[in-house]
Amino acid sequence: MPLTVAVPLLGAAVLAAFCKVLPRAAIDAIGVLCAIAVVTLCALVTADTGHMIVYWFGGFHPHGSVAVGISFSVDRLGGGMAVLSAVLVTAAMVYSVHYFDEIGSLYSALMLVFLGAMVGFCLTGDLFDLFVFFELMSVAAYALTAYKIEEAGPLQGAINFGITNSVGSFFMLTGIALLYGRTGALNMAQIAATLSGHPADGLVKVALLLIMGGLLIKAAIVPLHFWLADAHAVAPAPVCVLFSGVMVELALYGLARVYWDVMSGPLASHAGGLRATLIALGVLTAVIGAVMCVAQRHIKRMLAFSTISHTGTFLIGIGLLNPHGLAAAAQYVVAHAFLKAALFMAAGILLHRFVSVDEHELRGRGRGADAGLRVAALVFVGGGLGLAALPVVGTFFGKSALESAVGDAHGYAWVIAVLILTAALTAGAILRVAGRVFAGWGPEVSRHHSELSAVSDMPETLGPHDRTPAVMSATPAILLVVGLGIGLVPSLRDAIAQGAATMTDRASYVARVFDLHAAHTVPVPHAPLSAEAFVFAALTVVVAVLTAWLALRPPSWRVARTGERVLTPMIVAVRRLHSGCVNDYIAWVVAGIAVIGGALALI
Amino acid sequence: MSVLAYGTAAWLMLVGLYGIVTSRNLIHMVICVSVVQSSTYVLILSVGYRVNASAPIFADIPPGSRAVDPIVQALTLTDVVVEATVVALLLALAVQAHKRFGTLDPSELTPLRG
Amino acid sequence: MSERARLVMFLAGGAGLAALLGWALAGLPAFGAFNGAYALLINHVVVAQRAATDAVTAVNFDYRGLDTFGEEFILFTSVIGLAVLLREQRGEHTGPSAQTSDEHRFQGSSQALRGLTLALIGPIVVLALYLDSHGALTPGGGFQGGVVGAAALLMVFLGGGYMMMRRVSPHGMVELAEASGAAGYGLVGLGGLVFAGVFFKNFLGGGTPGQLVSAGTIPFSSMAVGLEVTGAFVLLWTEFLDQALMVSGE
Repeated sequence: MPLTVAVPLLGAAVLAAFCKVLPRAAIDAIGVLCAIAVVTLCALVTADTGHMIVYWFGGFHPHGSVAVGISFSVDRLGGGMAVLSAVLVTAAMVYSVHYFDEIGSLYSALMLVFLGAMVGFCLTGDLFDLFVFFELMSVAAYALTAYKIEEAGPLQGAINFGITNSVGSFFMLTGIALLYGRTGALNMAQIAATLSGHPADGLVKVALLLIMGGLLIKAAIVPLHFWLADAHAVAPAPVCVLFSGVMVELALYGLARVYWDVMSGPLASHAGGLRATLIALGVLTAVIGAVMCVAQRHIKRMLAFSTISHTGTFLIGIGLLNPHGLAAAAQYVVAHAFLKAALFMAAGILLHRFVSVDEHELRGRGRGADAGLRVAALVFVGGGLGLAALPVVGTFFGKSALESAVGDAHGYAWVIAVLILTAALTAGAILRVAGRVFAGWGPEVSRHHSELSAVSDMPETLGPHDRTPAVMSATPAILLVVGLGIGLVPSLRDAIAQGAATMTDRASYVARVFDLHAAHTVPVPHAPLSAEAFVFAALTVVVAVLTAWLALRPPSWRVARTGERVLTPMIVAVRRLHSGCVNDYIAWVVAGIAVIGGALALI
Repeated sequence: MSVLAYGTAAWLMLVGLYGIVTSRNLIHMVICVSVVQSSTYVLILSVGYRVNASAPIFADIPPGSRAVDPIVQALTLTDVVVEATVVALLLALAVQAHKRFGTLDPSELTPLRG
Repeated sequence: MSERARLVMFLAGGAGLAALLGWALAGLPAFGAFNGAYALLINHVVVAQRAATDAVTAVNFDYRGLDTFGEEFILFTSVIGLAVLLREQRGEHTGPSAQTSDEHRFQGSSQALRGLTLALIGPIVVLALYLDSHGALTPGGGFQGGVVGAAALLMVFLGGGYMMMRRVSPHGMVELAEASGAAGYGLVGLGGLVFAGVFFKNFLGGGTPGQLVSAGTIPFSSMAVGLEVTGAFVLLWTEFLDQALMVSGE
């Protein structure tokens, strides 16, 4: 198990040491092989995990009820997230082989460090170690964002990303220090054992707030989300694959871990208020993300806002604070990760070919008949429909499970409407791009039509290319197929259900870490697919197609014009808040944390 | 004494955040980030302090004598390294931004908005 | 957003945050009254269990060795990141040419400064090696020693100028040293896996507390980290100095 982290990190050190000596092909091969090794190791560990395996580094087993060393405490969900991260890193590295014209071995080394950090974050059972891997992940991510230093955008994006996320990690560390002061412990199970049985006081609530704050910034939850769109718009496409596919989701995974396995004891009596807070944040994020997504013409930035909207959705699932919601969110995350990864890679194909990802500039230019563009077209159509939860493919199962979990929660049935609407809007924007770029539909719009400047073009590769390398079309095609079909694998669903049950069972978690007798955790039973699920899914697809259709063929009815007149200023106002100025972002962070903290104080 | 020690940590965090929000210069802003981080050192170290205790070095004192918390000191070492690296990366970005934009004022970096 | 609106929003949020922090800090034990179980345990067992007399170093390199592994790679990543961010771009010329090297001396350099720095280099190197190797015994360890070691190179820069610093620390060598320091620490961990079956297991015997060769793997971990930290800081400085020279050379 320790090799899951050691292999990528040592691989990175080897690459950095011999970067000048090794030929390019060897560097790529070492990088990809390390990533594949990590996939295998993580898969083995996860498959081996009945309920949980605990590995004490240095062989320091706990001394009574005191943890002496650092443990990896791996359950199905943690291991599964590690596998997902490793798979996406492998895909991104394969894709990158021909993506950059000039690529140093340092890029591969950074990717491997990023991978090692994500795996460590998923598996660790120690709160401070969680922070260390969180920070390692961030540092690698900052450097990867600004990889193309020739451009202005990546610099600004990386600065905004770096400063906002650093502040977030200091919040998190302060929260950890508060908990250490209270419990004298860093192991999550030991903290949980020490805290449980006492009611939550100011220290516990604020510690939760600060740890949560750091993770919510990373997860890009409104109003802490501003950095994400900037970073995604400018980071190289294969890096975006990782940011959108797993990094932000990992932050939510961390939130679930900290809530369930550390703090759910004292907070049990406040669960109702916490649920309301988290779901409110999730709904706000889903809606703002969806609106901003529709308003974009820069394709990568649009996909970034789609990710923000989806993280809001995932937060709703986790915020239900029950195993059903968690399992549904996890299932949703898996399908979304593959589809979003394929979409970013398809955007990368466009960028590679045309040195632009402006939707209007590319109008009709994707009609080529060669493999690369066909794959890109297919990914945009398939990805759009998959994210719209077309029955039995893509996010259908995750979204249906989430809808049923939300419907079961008392008083939150209305959230189903939010889920449908936001999934439809974000998918509609993707379908709109597909129609405009690959079919040439829709009216022509000049570059300066929109009053807010779009992001400038950022060629990530030198000049336009005539053809797309085979690996660059094959990788997104495979990811698309996996993303569409993965919900159909029944054993995955079972594993997630069992993982969610294990993760939410704090008493057993503590018992397993300290090698005591743990009660058998009962897996969450499946809710059978109801007819409602198909109705909701059909509704989502219809609204999505309608969204795309209205954008491509603006109707001349009076209702539509009035609607536009009312909506446009509101959208413009929201867009103006995304000022690109990091001072504003930090002001939002402080205000947002204070408001969330106020809510926590009141519950 | 508690007020002074813990209050310093809270003050450093707030004043550092104020600096970031009002900063008109990226270098200044990066320094403010490290001020916020200093608040975590102060907090972590003060949490582990014990009165009438010596340093956790058992070379001259018998093992098991009353000593302050060694864990927090190790955590602070980690934290210091984190700070050095984050500051180095952010400063490098500031250097490049100055080359590219000719300014260090974060509100004048324009390509991304909306 | 206007600056005024931003400030108002921050002040409102900051007031809230201040109140929340005060609420939380009031829940901490009084300053000096901390009795954490973890810390008490380590202080009691460290000498007997690890033959190390510096508990902080034992925590860093043994009990919580994995944290240090991650932390070391944070440093390593920032060095790679910096090399990526400050790499030579098309149309840019990094580093001074040999002819102008004398002009790139630290401004205000004088004979007195050169003499002083020259005299300090030796003691600094000795101090660094001492800190690296005695980490398990007395205050010190790889991080402290590594930074002190890097300071020796800074002395070379102050006294002998930039080119001298580059000559005594060739870039490729430092890069190799840095990466092998990072890998070396990981290899000590792997050694535990190979020889004792558990990653980061201290697989060497403890020895007598207080002796130079004691505390098992800790001195080796400490040396590896020292090498990595020295290398990393030298690389960070040279990258930034390259930039400074490039700007002033334009």
